[in-house]
Amino acid sequence: MKESTEEYLEALYTLTQDDKKAGTSAISKRLNIAPASVTEMIKKLANKGFVDYTPYQGVTLTAKGFEIAQKMTRKHRLLEKFLHDVLKIGNDKVHKEACKMEHALSDEAEYALCQTLNAPDKCPDDNMAIPPCNLGFKSCEECREWGMDNLEQIGKRRQDIIAVSQLKENQKGKVVFIRGDNKVLRRLLDMGLTPGTQISISRIAPFKGPVEIAVRGSKLALGDEVAGNVFVEKSAVN
Amino acid sequence: MRGRFRHRFFGRRQRRKRDGSPHFTIALAGNANVGKSVIFNRLTGSDQITGNWPGKTVERAKGFLHYNNYDVDIIDLPGIYSLSTFSLEEVVSREYIAQEKPDVIINVIGAPVLERNLFFTLQLMEMNIPLIVCLNQMDIAISKGIMIDTEKLEKLLGVPVIATVASRGEGIEKLKETAFRLAEQHQHHLHHQQIPIHQAINEPGITHTTRYSANIEERIENLTRAVEEVKTDLGYPSRWVAIKLLEGDSKIKEILAEKNKPLVATSEAMAKEMQDIFHQPSYVAMTSERYALANEITENVQSSKSTKRTLADRLDKLATGRVTGYVFAVVIIAGLLAWTFILGTALSELLANAFSFFQSVDPQVSGTFWAVIWNGLFGGLVAGVTLVIPYVVPFYLMLAVLEDSGILTRVAFMLDSAMHRMGLHGKAIIPIILGYGCNVPAIYATRIMGSWRERVLTGLAITFSPCAARTIIIFGLAAQFLGIWWAVLLYGIAVLLTFTVVRVAVRVMPGESSGLIMEMHSFKAPSFTTILKQTWARTKSLIFMVMPIYMVTSAVVQGIYALGWLQPVNNAFSFLTSGWLGLPVMAGILLIFGAARKEMVLLMAVVLFGSNLSAVFTNQQIFVLALVSMVYPCFATIGVLIKEYGWKAAWAIIGVNVGVALLVGGIADKIWGLFS
Repeated sequence: MKESTEEYLEALYTLTQDDKKAGTSAISKRLNIAPASVTEMIKKLANKGFVDYTPYQGVTLTAKGFEIAQKMTRKHRLLEKFLHDVLKIGNDKVHKEACKMEHALSDEAEYALCQTLNAPDKCPDDNMAIPPCNLGFKSCEECREWGMDNLEQIGKRRQDIIAVSQLKENQKGKVVFIRGDNKVLRRLLDMGLTPGTQISISRIAPFKGPVEIAVRGSKLALGDEVAGNVFVEKSAVN
Repeated sequence: MRGRFRHRFFGRRQRRKRDGSPHFTIALAGNANVGKSVIFNRLTGSDQITGNWPGKTVERAKGFLHYNNYDVDIIDLPGIYSLSTFSLEEVVSREYIAQEKPDVIINVIGAPVLERNLFFTLQLMEMNIPLIVCLNQMDIAISKGIMIDTEKLEKLLGVPVIATVASRGEGIEKLKETAFRLAEQHQHHLHHQQIPIHQAINEPGITHTTRYSANIEERIENLTRAVEEVKTDLGYPSRWVAIKLLEGDSKIKEILAEKNKPLVATSEAMAKEMQDIFHQPSYVAMTSERYALANEITENVQSSKSTKRTLADRLDKLATGRVTGYVFAVVIIAGLLAWTFILGTALSELLANAFSFFQSVDPQVSGTFWAVIWNGLFGGLVAGVTLVIPYVVPFYLMLAVLEDSGILTRVAFMLDSAMHRMGLHGKAIIPIILGYGCNVPAIYATRIMGSWRERVLTGLAITFSPCAARTIIIFGLAAQFLGIWWAVLLYGIAVLLTFTVVRVAVRVMPGESSGLIMEMHSFKAPSFTTILKQTWARTKSLIFMVMPIYMVTSAVVQGIYALGWLQPVNNAFSFLTSGWLGLPVMAGILLIFGAARKEMVLLMAVVLFGSNLSAVFTNQQIFVLALVSMVYPCFATIGVLIKEYGWKAAWAIIGVNVGVALLVGGIADKIWGLFS
């Protein structure tokens, strides 16, 4: 796959978060490319089935496009974290550096990077969430115990899983993956958030405050960073 | 450690036994917010002791009851969600249950949240102690349209289930009766050990232990046998040890490793097998099974119908609304502070007048040595009575109402993101608010924070909150001589300092910040008897802590001053007081007195210079003196910091306090100098 394709999809991943449609002008601004060439490229991407494009309305990612976009974003933000935390490169430089390196990073190296960095959840420069991996683990603890071999045996997770912090009021979901160290995991398990549990969002505090979820007949407030690490499969009906 | 634990705990029990009355111990266990302390108060009456678990900073409440010629100790275990080792509270609870073996455990569960509560019940059942389930808050469940078939629940669990509404006293007699019947049977069983325990205590003859699926159960049974074979008494039931080993419980592994290393290795191998079967860590698999069981039981016994939105629901919505939520939070905090200071000032004046009738409470530093010491002791006592009690009691009272009703949880929910900017999470707002009354209980209250790191950081924030005594200085100096806006400015500076210092400390202190995980229990009318008793118990322990420090330090400082030994110390520090802070040299004396009791800064100033301080101090000096006095801590705070956090962390906090006090004081002096 061409690097430029990956760059476009990555930009769209960020721009289409919260179910928004991305306008061509926003894309051109983000990638610093002239609007005319953006429109042309978007049409190409639509032909290949990566995006849905309606002129004058905007662009959304298809399932196929989303998978690549999420993967690239994950690699990009993991690399930023690595450059910043391990190599001590300044916050202002990591983005540019990661942009070049991400296209060469293999899936195996991505997996090792995540383990070495202890499953980080936020990238250092703009504090954006690092998307979870697409392997079938239910917790990072399981991944740590698995080690580096036979990764193909684990199977893949559904791609459209979403952090609880991104759900809207009254949306429901099923817990599929909890990121982080085992202290948080154990605490959440004890409160009833075992894999497969149905939850629903009952209220959200403003300004990136906590979300209140209904789980097993109880109400639980989760701070933004905790909710950002609990991933669910969104239920079809709200 | 264990010896001390046993000794301290059973001191009273053994004494009582010698009286001749037979004796029982009943422990109350359960989640937080299920009305456990209301049950505790219903059972025990007024005879209660609150203190710490030996060697641990976890609150312990113990009560006594005389019933049918029996003397009964009732232990209120901390509110917890599990018996793992996530928190000190959990460790304390399981050590107590396993090692002190109460005769009966009453597991208080909240009927509105049956499933999550049953998860804990299933774990308690594994501890092999006679158990009663007390299904409390039935009224709240009914108002939410939740119906629970208690008979069916009793059958499924195999332990007695008693439905109660503790706030109205319903079901308490039946609970007592059942507890006594079980306790009697249990003691009988201990004396005639022939029948297996579960048959002796549970009539239907159902084993009251949690069964897991075949893959897990098989391993638990094998490991239980292996644990029994090695015949090393770990002080815990064998099956429970086996379960904890399979879960990878670090504490149990540690204990066993000292006695039998190979068994630990065996258990680890079994846990690995389980991981391969379930494709997740063994403890995740076991927790999931327990919850699946809790869910199955709940589905069987519970039916719910939808209800109309109640008034409580509406209020709840308002308390966390986008705009109304913040209004609500501000009104609650401001209301709490206003209530405390308005009521506190009135009470304080009343008491101070009553005391000044006996003797002058203004510090005396001349006369015979013993007269000075006596004045210091008496002054300390009066300060305790006229300052701590009038401000802290109304504060405690209102805080308990806010806490018990669920209002404070909503405030923490709304302010989490603001606290986050500081580097703490929403729960920290509760102890910090408390700090505006008195720092000492506030530092105790940091126990509600999840981790030790967060406790220390919140403690640091608290030491920058102007307490009642500091407020007296702010008003007595700044508002009196400079104007009310200067006092407001000082409050602003206090908030700013808290924010800045904690932000820096969060970065400097090693460890990760943990996020907010907090149960949002339903709004409910608080139980006033419980609140009164809690307030009394807390005030009592505060007085025991603060009063002696107040009295001794006031007497010592006054004595040293009277002997003329303070002057050389003061002169030695004059490079700070007059050189850096720009204060008169004598101000050093005021600050030393202020460490004993904050309001002494003001009182001593009046004694030394007369009541018209503006004749002696410039405005600049008054402001700097008030600012410095506001920031550095008093001896009572230092004492509680050491007690709660240990020497190292306590001295770090005190160092930051004193450093910041001097720094901002000096800066304020220089800035004022520029404008005048």
